[in-house]
Amino acid sequence: MTEVSVAKKDSAATDELVVLKSVNKHFGALHVLQDIDLTIDRGEVVVVIGPSGSGKSTLCRTINRLETIDTGTITIDGRPLPQEGRELARLRADVGMVFQSFNLFAHKTVLENVMLGQVKVRRTEKKQAEEKARALLDRVGVGTQADKYPAQLSGGQQQRVAIARALAMGPKVMLFDEPTSALDPEMINEVLEVMQQLAREGMTMIVVTHEMGFARSAANRVVFMADGRIVEQATPDQFFSNPRSDRAKDFLSKILHH
Amino acid sequence: MFDFLEGYDLLGAFWVTVQLTVYSAVGSLIWGTLLAGMRVSPVPLMRGFGSAYVNVVRNIPLTIIILFTAMGLADTFGVTMGAADDVKTRVFRLAVLGLVAYHAAFVCEALRSGINTVPVGQAEAARSLGLRFTQVLTLVILPQAFRSVVGPMANVLIALTKNTTVAAVIGVSEAALLMSEMIENEAELLLISAIFAFGFVCLTLPTGLILGWVSKRVAVKR
Repeated sequence: MTEVSVAKKDSAATDELVVLKSVNKHFGALHVLQDIDLTIDRGEVVVVIGPSGSGKSTLCRTINRLETIDTGTITIDGRPLPQEGRELARLRADVGMVFQSFNLFAHKTVLENVMLGQVKVRRTEKKQAEEKARALLDRVGVGTQADKYPAQLSGGQQQRVAIARALAMGPKVMLFDEPTSALDPEMINEVLEVMQQLAREGMTMIVVTHEMGFARSAANRVVFMADGRIVEQATPDQFFSNPRSDRAKDFLSKILHH
Repeated sequence: MFDFLEGYDLLGAFWVTVQLTVYSAVGSLIWGTLLAGMRVSPVPLMRGFGSAYVNVVRNIPLTIIILFTAMGLADTFGVTMGAADDVKTRVFRLAVLGLVAYHAAFVCEALRSGINTVPVGQAEAARSLGLRFTQVLTLVILPQAFRSVVGPMANVLIALTKNTTVAAVIGVSEAALLMSEMIENEAELLLISAIFAFGFVCLTLPTGLILGWVSKRVAVKR
């Protein structure tokens, strides 16, 4: 692993929010995460890129323990991830997650999707939850769709609803697991714009993506993964104009020139 | 032509059949849902109990289960279901207990196949919002699972309606018991059988039609 010191754009963000220490995970014989050390500071936007099968999605999913790890530690805001149960549920409420396949609750309306967590986890009053849900839906630009069911919305709209649903919990950090990979090309931008706005507002974000444009414009740091390892970390400028590792050079040459 | 019907409470007997069906349907829906919850739960002990229960109970003939409720539970262990002096009520309740125990296994399996139709991402999204296991199950998974198994549940309900006739073996005065009584006393064997067969079709045919319609209406669009 190439150690790179990373210059922080935002000097105010200094305290560590998500810390992974020597994390290892196997899928059977496949060593999918190998000695991962990664620290994400409050307010930082970290973009994880790399070839398919490099373990970046798995990494993202270990942070709210949708995937368990074999060895190592993960702490969020100073607290280690607990075992499955009440404690873990409480911690997950503070970690927003946006999936590649949206995963909106298919039997609930858009509004109900955004209210569910508030009412059932945060115990917010229904009326208050609805106000907040409507405000968030307006903010991501799907306010007029509130009473429709997910299947009636386009992919881009569904993904923006999914972002609103995660934001409704008032999360400390947002995880994005390839949020635009299942979208038609013309819908990618509407989702990226919402994410960019979030980044500008200072949300801590970990984004697994293939959108290099987003990485350039919104990320504080790019983490490049290959074969289960973090190969390189750098600011977007450094990474895209002057990658250090051969693996990253190879990867960038393949996606940037074709 | 229908003179022989005089003196028999045909409607009363079918009313008992309907009552047996309704109580048992509600009971097995509840118990079957709990069993399904156990079978998908993260606790190994519960999973073990759920699958052991289903595999044992659904492989025992219903007649044996119903006989056991009367001869085993009531006569041997003194379980009188709160009706020690009232035989009629006691056998009715015992029959419901047996029917629930048996059909819950089928409800459980139908529901579990419904749970398998819910994409795993639904549960992941629910968990990542901070919902606990029971909340994920009751708020997200089961509502979608139920919608996808209305058809199979109709099968279970129709089977249950017809299986209530087994309650006759412990003397519940439902349709089948009256039928055997009438066949014994009257000469109209074929006609009597046809009347009772028609009675059951009247009960089960609408069940299938209505639930088929419901199934289409509540289907989850993905």
